[in-house]
Amino acid sequence: MLLFEITEELDHHSVEKIRKRADYEIQRFMPKKVIFDFKKVSFMDSAGIGLIIGRYKVANLYEGDVELINVKENIKKIFEMSGILKIIKIVDDLNSEATG
Amino acid sequence: MSRNIKNEMKIEFLSKSANEAFARISVAAFASQLDPTIEEIADIKTSVSEAVTNSIIHAYPNKDGIVKIRAILLEDEIEIEVSDTGEGIENIEEAREPLFTTKGNLERSGMGFTIMENFMDKLKVESIVGLGTKVTMNKKIKNKNLQNTY
Repeated sequence: MLLFEITEELDHHSVEKIRKRADYEIQRFMPKKVIFDFKKVSFMDSAGIGLIIGRYKVANLYEGDVELINVKENIKKIFEMSGILKIIKIVDDLNSEATG
Repeated sequence: MSRNIKNEMKIEFLSKSANEAFARISVAAFASQLDPTIEEIADIKTSVSEAVTNSIIHAYPNKDGIVKIRAILLEDEIEIEVSDTGEGIENIEEAREPLFTTKGNLERSGMGFTIMENFMDKLKVESIVGLGTKVTMNKKIKNKNLQNTY
């Protein structure tokens, strides 16, 4: 399992850096599960949707899945609108996870 | 029907992605005069971010240009115009379709206009190819103190 803690607002400006970093680590560790922690994310626009779908595609190359934790209500609304929650799970509590 | 404009602001800036945060925070600060809820402010910030990002990515793909924002406060409503003098949109109807994007290679989700439509009460898109695009969005602010004031 690979855990990324996102610590900034997610927009078109900020996702580029996160994308590069995440892809580097995913390709290096080829995890079965990639988790993005949204605890410190107070703002996200549609660039965040692109970021998460893109990482899902990369993780999938290594048969990995993507999960999101600690997603605030206003951000959850945006993910719901996009329909990506059909393939990417929002998990409320990391402790409820069995193994990674 | 004339409108009772209570306040107005304008900003303009270069189409640099670093200005996306500046733009949404400026409009949110201006909107706060109407005493919106946290949710209303979040909706406004996201919508402004989408409109400004569209101008930065699509209007001026290979150069810097000017993005303008004009916001006016009405009695219980904010109107926000985001405009550019860039490439323009060929087919507005298609652009407004959920998931439609011309920049899939940049991991754009095609959800920009859908989000603006959902988060604001009204969305108008005007565009002329070669001249630019203007997006006008309105949102009613349900003033939570109004009932108690009188």
